[in-house]
Amino acid sequence: MALLKDRQVVTDVWTHVGDDAEVPSDAPAIVSIARWRELRDSLEGRNAPIGVLLSAGDGPDAVLDDLDRLDLIAIPFDHFKDGRGYSTARLLRERHGFTGELRAVGNVLRDQIAFMERCGFDSLEYAGGTEATRALSAFEDVSVVYQTAADRRASAAALRNHPSKAFSNGTSG
Amino acid sequence: MYLYDEIDQTLVDERVVQFRDQVSRRMSGELSEDEFKPLRLMNGVYLQLHAYMLRVAIPYGTLSSEQMRKLAWIAKKYDRGYGHFTTRQNLQYNWPKLEDLPDILAELAGVQMHALQTSGNCIRNVTADQYAGVAADEVADPRVYAEVIRQWSTLHPEFSFLPRKFKIAVTGSQNDRAAVKVHDIGLIVKRNLAGELGFEVIVGGGLGRTPFVGPTIREFLPERHLLSYLEAVLRVYNMLGRRDNMYKARIKIQVHETGAEEFTRLVEAEWDQIRDSAVDLPAGEKERIASYFVPPRYEMSSDAEDVLARHKREDAEFTRWVDTNVFAHKAGGYAIANISLKPIGGVPGDATSEQMEAVAALADRFSYSEVRVTHEQNLVLPHVRKDNLFALWQTLKSYDLDTPNLGRVSDMIACPGMDYCSLANARSIPVAQAISERFADLDRQHDIGELKLKISGCINACGHHHAGHIGILGVDRKGEEYYQITLGGSGAEDASIGEIVGPAFAYDAVVDAVETLVDTYLAIRADGERFLDTYRRVGKDPFKEALYGAA
Repeated sequence: MALLKDRQVVTDVWTHVGDDAEVPSDAPAIVSIARWRELRDSLEGRNAPIGVLLSAGDGPDAVLDDLDRLDLIAIPFDHFKDGRGYSTARLLRERHGFTGELRAVGNVLRDQIAFMERCGFDSLEYAGGTEATRALSAFEDVSVVYQTAADRRASAAALRNHPSKAFSNGTSG
Repeated sequence: MYLYDEIDQTLVDERVVQFRDQVSRRMSGELSEDEFKPLRLMNGVYLQLHAYMLRVAIPYGTLSSEQMRKLAWIAKKYDRGYGHFTTRQNLQYNWPKLEDLPDILAELAGVQMHALQTSGNCIRNVTADQYAGVAADEVADPRVYAEVIRQWSTLHPEFSFLPRKFKIAVTGSQNDRAAVKVHDIGLIVKRNLAGELGFEVIVGGGLGRTPFVGPTIREFLPERHLLSYLEAVLRVYNMLGRRDNMYKARIKIQVHETGAEEFTRLVEAEWDQIRDSAVDLPAGEKERIASYFVPPRYEMSSDAEDVLARHKREDAEFTRWVDTNVFAHKAGGYAIANISLKPIGGVPGDATSEQMEAVAALADRFSYSEVRVTHEQNLVLPHVRKDNLFALWQTLKSYDLDTPNLGRVSDMIACPGMDYCSLANARSIPVAQAISERFADLDRQHDIGELKLKISGCINACGHHHAGHIGILGVDRKGEEYYQITLGGSGAEDASIGEIVGPAFAYDAVVDAVETLVDTYLAIRADGERFLDTYRRVGKDPFKEALYGAA
């Protein structure tokens, strides 16, 4: 497993903390949603960043009350075919304004990562067969998009009809 | 026709490069067949019984003559000289080699075509009325909206891993030639009382194992909200649709289990959140797309009607073809000509390279270089001046494309069945051929009148048997092929799901059974009744009795 963040392979500063393990008080930690619910009050005032791993199929409702306390939300992709996390990510970003790290975990493969980025994920725990650095080119396989999504890239329709505005909103922005 | 701009072209070109890399990794062994599978499926490549199969998208069934020529050329160069037009208005090549697939996709991209989203659990190639833009009974041209949907659904980041495949059809006419009520989403373009354009939205129809006629969840959706509403439906499906059982994963099951009323509430609540967001098209884009679909400048001919009438007087065979295969055009002096791909004893939907080239040439000569593909697996030349019909027909005749059987019993839909398909339980094509031979006498077919016969080789129902006036479903019974017959289905505006008439028939008995059904209808029909009308009037019993004897 390698971590891709903002289109680069980086060292992961976060630790996934098992439900039986102690949550480190001085390092970034990701706990399960169940654990979070259990510890929510006791983690109040914690200094190090805290993140939550949703369960498969959890929508944004699972963390809506906690968005301002969470530095990271991890969404599981246990099966290649389970696409619920794409919707959850878009809703967290576009509807609920979550600005922390949004991370895809689980069976994250090369051919999904460009879609994931468009839906608002900024970090991916990459599980693919090819080396992580080679997977990065997947972000550039297709350079045009037809939809507006969480990445705010200008859609084809926007470029065609408001070229000047669209450029200021482009991928480099 | 819509023409790609630089953005559209960039996307298909980049996809070809991407796929070429994937194929080379597969061929070098870096990717296993399992790893390659989801990648090839995203480019329309299936692994069939004997070979890979490539399904090329023909968005809303519209082709230029140049594109048709390219399809013919690919069939000749990379396949066995023929292609198969499908019930989703697409084209399948049954024998391409893996190593040739990137070149084939590059050839297609060269004429603004692709194979994107013709497979996989994504929004599939959108279909529309084959008479779009030319039908006299049309409210507005559905191709404009179909192209809007094609672009929006292409590589949609949120909806490329749905619970199951997702099919959208659009019609602009109350006479439904696009089977919109048996689609995941069906859209009927209409005007409200104020004269504004919009859509009736039908969700959760479908065939397959569990057929449903879809309920209308919105009587009128203003056209500007098309994409936000589609996005709301897809999001409710993506988040809440079943993923535990692939046979229950289509949206029709969700609508059925949730209840249409509650499902509608969910969609409307989601839509409320996004109806005025940037999801919908910016001002100007619909008009830009619509500008590609303005009708050609028809040449008026003062004597086109007279010339046609004279040709009809002189040639009875031609008259039969005109009366059966030619449909009313909205422009005076013009006609819509249907080209049957159902010659007696042929394989429904197959066309050879020579036939495709001939149709392309005829489109250049007589139809402003435009061809349509129908979901009933035929071709259409949409704008033929009536005084040219005779010359058109003569050329069609020399290519065995003149069968005057549109909507008749031999104009069957049949899936590829066990001759090609790895899912099939029984053969479909030989059954279709045998029925066609049995009813080879065209006088008899015309006496029978409209009769939609549809054959599927397994319960997945690619041959739409549930929507056939007579439907035939191949099943496997201890290693032997049997065929279950359903009656009374329809995929049109009077949509209904056929009912099983009784125990299934062995392969050797199915043609006789169809003939018995037809003879029963002929004996009891009232004036002007189609097979379907008679069935709906008298019910199953007389047919059942004729097939199985008195109870």
